[in-house]
Amino acid sequence: MPQHADTQNDFAAALCNAALPVPDAVVTPPVAGQDRRFDVYRNNRMVSLIEALEATFPAVLRLVGEAFFKAAARAYIDREPPRSPVLLLYGRRFGDFLDGFAPAANVPYLGDVARLEWARLNAFHAADAEPLAIDCLSALPPEDLGGLRFALHPSLQLLRSRWPVVSLWAVSSGSDPAAAVDMNCNQDALVIRPALSVDTRVLPGGGFDFIGALLSGASLAEAAEQAASNDPAFDLAVHLQGMFEVGAVTAVIPGSPEPKQE
Amino acid sequence: MTESTAIPNRAGLGLKAEHYEAILGSRPDVGWFEVHAENYMGAGGPPHHYLTKIRRDYPLSLHGVGLSIGGAAPLDEAHLARLNDLAERYEPGLVSEHLAWSSHDEVYLNDLLPLPYTEETVTRVSDHLERMQEVLCRQVLLENPSTYVAFENSTMDEIEFLRAVVKRSGCGLLLDVNNVLVSTNNQGVSAEAYIDAFPLEHVGEIHLGGHASEEEAGGTTLLIDAHDRAVDDRVWALYARTLARGGTKPSLIEWDNSLPAWEVLYNEARRAETVIAAEAGAAPQPAASMQQTRHAAAR
Repeated sequence: MPQHADTQNDFAAALCNAALPVPDAVVTPPVAGQDRRFDVYRNNRMVSLIEALEATFPAVLRLVGEAFFKAAARAYIDREPPRSPVLLLYGRRFGDFLDGFAPAANVPYLGDVARLEWARLNAFHAADAEPLAIDCLSALPPEDLGGLRFALHPSLQLLRSRWPVVSLWAVSSGSDPAAAVDMNCNQDALVIRPALSVDTRVLPGGGFDFIGALLSGASLAEAAEQAASNDPAFDLAVHLQGMFEVGAVTAVIPGSPEPKQE
Repeated sequence: MTESTAIPNRAGLGLKAEHYEAILGSRPDVGWFEVHAENYMGAGGPPHHYLTKIRRDYPLSLHGVGLSIGGAAPLDEAHLARLNDLAERYEPGLVSEHLAWSSHDEVYLNDLLPLPYTEETVTRVSDHLERMQEVLCRQVLLENPSTYVAFENSTMDEIEFLRAVVKRSGCGLLLDVNNVLVSTNNQGVSAEAYIDAFPLEHVGEIHLGGHASEEEAGGTTLLIDAHDRAVDDRVWALYARTLARGGTKPSLIEWDNSLPAWEVLYNEARRAETVIAAEAGAAPQPAASMQQTRHAAAR
């Protein structure tokens, strides 16, 4: 008599691969078709996982259409099945998968749109925090500003794209169907959820490097220097203002007199 | 959370994000709400914001769908810890899981899969429930499944199995009346006989939901647990039969797919309350309610 673990091995294998026969231990009433009964489980699994991906990647779905999306989703589910029962965070590698999905080769920006939607999902479910207003800096002596470090909002995510990813997303998600899409421009995206709504913005030049440096713990002066080295037109005041406007800063940590101190 | 925690013997509704605003806007007269625990396992954001607000006004039942109680492998302790965090945060009046498995070899299969009913699986399921109850420091309700197949190595029927697990683990039961109709139809046995044999004294909650049906090649009808439509009249009849023998219980309307407008869902709850009221008027209520029973350390 098979042990429970063996039964489950056979069941799970046949569940995920319709080419395998229904396990011998599985029985159905004599009148019913055994394969059709087992297919209910195969179908439940595949349809529910496809629906989970459709819910997370609606812009990708609109861009490629339902039939194409389902085929891509099936291939992804076969390659990257969920590892956690917390299905609301399933699809982490869907964008990377689409980059290498041959039938999508003529939609080269698809992976970036998927990564933007993934960032939006993560922002949606990220920890909550109260953003600070820019007034919190006004009490500080100007000479102390450069040494400040910022705690950024837990929902904040950055995405660099060689495509107009935010415009493509805005048009295909329906958030701004009339958005102009210039395929010759590239866009860096910032995604954040300061309160209940996820905000998706195009970062101005230098913003990606600036916020990226702050995220990795750089002081304001260090982050501004990094951004300016890549983008000579970088304007610290504009970026600082913008960060506070979107609710990106949740704590200000004063610098120490020793600039290199941990 | 100082508001009422106990789940009353009334109709409850599965809480859906699409209805958050309608509920907060009109504070409808609903006895309680139930959520799928896994939908609230993100760190923050709107799901927690709305559930916190709704929990202030309504008792809550926490229904797990991903712990794989029927799995051959040990329980996922990280997932159990997440479930416990939610229970501590929202103080649900009831916590339930399924007689099913859903994970294998660290892959989550996202369906409630069936298991053979044997002495070995009684032990497995009971051990898992004891561990769950130990971590959550409370009794848990185990739900009877919808099944489409059976196993040749089963040595007992589902009710014998559930009775054995209750005795061994000290868990309670969640009787899903729609699952009873689906499974008994698919297994070719009587739904009424199943309800009549069910140990209702251990039932702390009832589920009611809609199912799909399709004709099979052999002339039989396959019922599929779909939660995508109104409760079937045969399920309402089985529900009334259940209350007539076991008394009124907290009773949930499950509608998870093809969601209707809030009013449609609300009217399903009203219909369940009509059945509850008829039964409450017909017979005295059982004195003891099991929903507050604390789980004694299992040995």
